[in-house]
Amino acid sequence: MNAEWRWDFAIEILPQMLLATLNTIMAAGIGYAIAAIVGLLFLLGQRTRFKIINIINREIVEFIRSTPLLIQLFFVYFVLPQFGITLSAWVCGMITIGLHFGTYLSEVYRGALEGVPKTQWEACRALNFTTFYTYRRIVLPQAFPIAIPGMGNYLVGIFKDTPLLSTIGVAELFHAATAVGGYHYRYLEPYTIVGIIFLILSVPAAMGIRKLESSVNKSQGKVKN
Amino acid sequence: MLLGTVTTVKVLICATILYVIISIIFGLMRVSKNSVIQGVATVYIEFFRGTSLLVQLFWFYYVLPFFGISLEAFTAGVVAIGMNFGAYGAEIVRGGILAVPKGQWEGAFALNFTPAKRMKNIIIPQIFPIILPPAANLTVELLKATALVALVTVVDLTFEAKQINAITWLSAQCFGTALLIYYIISRFFLVPFLRWLEVLAARKVGKDRI
Repeated sequence: MNAEWRWDFAIEILPQMLLATLNTIMAAGIGYAIAAIVGLLFLLGQRTRFKIINIINREIVEFIRSTPLLIQLFFVYFVLPQFGITLSAWVCGMITIGLHFGTYLSEVYRGALEGVPKTQWEACRALNFTTFYTYRRIVLPQAFPIAIPGMGNYLVGIFKDTPLLSTIGVAELFHAATAVGGYHYRYLEPYTIVGIIFLILSVPAAMGIRKLESSVNKSQGKVKN
Repeated sequence: MLLGTVTTVKVLICATILYVIISIIFGLMRVSKNSVIQGVATVYIEFFRGTSLLVQLFWFYYVLPFFGISLEAFTAGVVAIGMNFGAYGAEIVRGGILAVPKGQWEGAFALNFTPAKRMKNIIIPQIFPIILPPAANLTVELLKATALVALVTVVDLTFEAKQINAITWLSAQCFGTALLIYYIISRFFLVPFLRWLEVLAARKVGKDRI
């Protein structure tokens, strides 16, 4: 075992890694879609008038937020079969990521809704708009731009947490790297390639989000200094 | 499992100390006027924020030995988490420094403080109340990230839970208990401590917010 970087080996495994990257991207995409919807549900739970639902909702969100995603994955993957529900690793992973990041996204949504000035609500009340109309035409168009940076950050966040899925056997990028590394007993190239692929994908994404954020701020008439 | 919890807390404390030090150093480097220093900090931050923590962890544990640097699993875990979160923390520190009102900078300049003294006596004491709330969030994230060290064979809470699960197949109990312990650490120990720090920092600069 030597420490030299072997180009031939790196090139040999590259197609395999790129293929697995597609899986990673898909996992991040599906997970994000679920998280976006779950986030909405949590948001509803938070804003409903029933106090008891508010409290339960908050405790659930707090609990999910303050426990590690890894153990949640294990929990869903190993415990559900005991109740007779057997899901594939993919489905388990997607559900868990969706739930976990849904709690974060609900906070983003909440922040965005609260970011709309209260006077807007009062004006709608004064104009006798229905609640639905107020949301649809007045509040949401203003809240959405506020939510974009936060939502984008969590998209990148989900992307970076997908390697955790490899622990329950989802065949994504990191899983492929471990498999290749174990097969040839060379970990230098696979893990380095994984790092580089992540860097290539997430740094431009983060930059794009930053640009989006500043353009949103500008369009709303807020200039960041 | 309680033994594992002790390890988890140990990882948490060591990694927190490391990440605080790294974030202060790189946060200061990031606002430096010297473009080389600033560039180094930017590359560091982008690199560690751009790649996944798990990848870094495995890299530290499995790849560094090829270069003759063998880290113990515990050390590798602490270093990887510390450096990863240090990158996030550095951005918070940078934000904190930039958020100190400009008048303070100008005042210090007018009073002819040296740059080092200006930083140490005027700016840094004021950034604590600004950076502590986001830093508190980051520290809770760090607690959750410590679960990952189980994957490089550190015998922490997650590792124990996995182990016991493999022996007894009482999955619900094992992982349920582990989840609860993490929740208790975070909700009843870590978060109150961080809140207390926030109050302390706010009081120190004369802002009694709470």
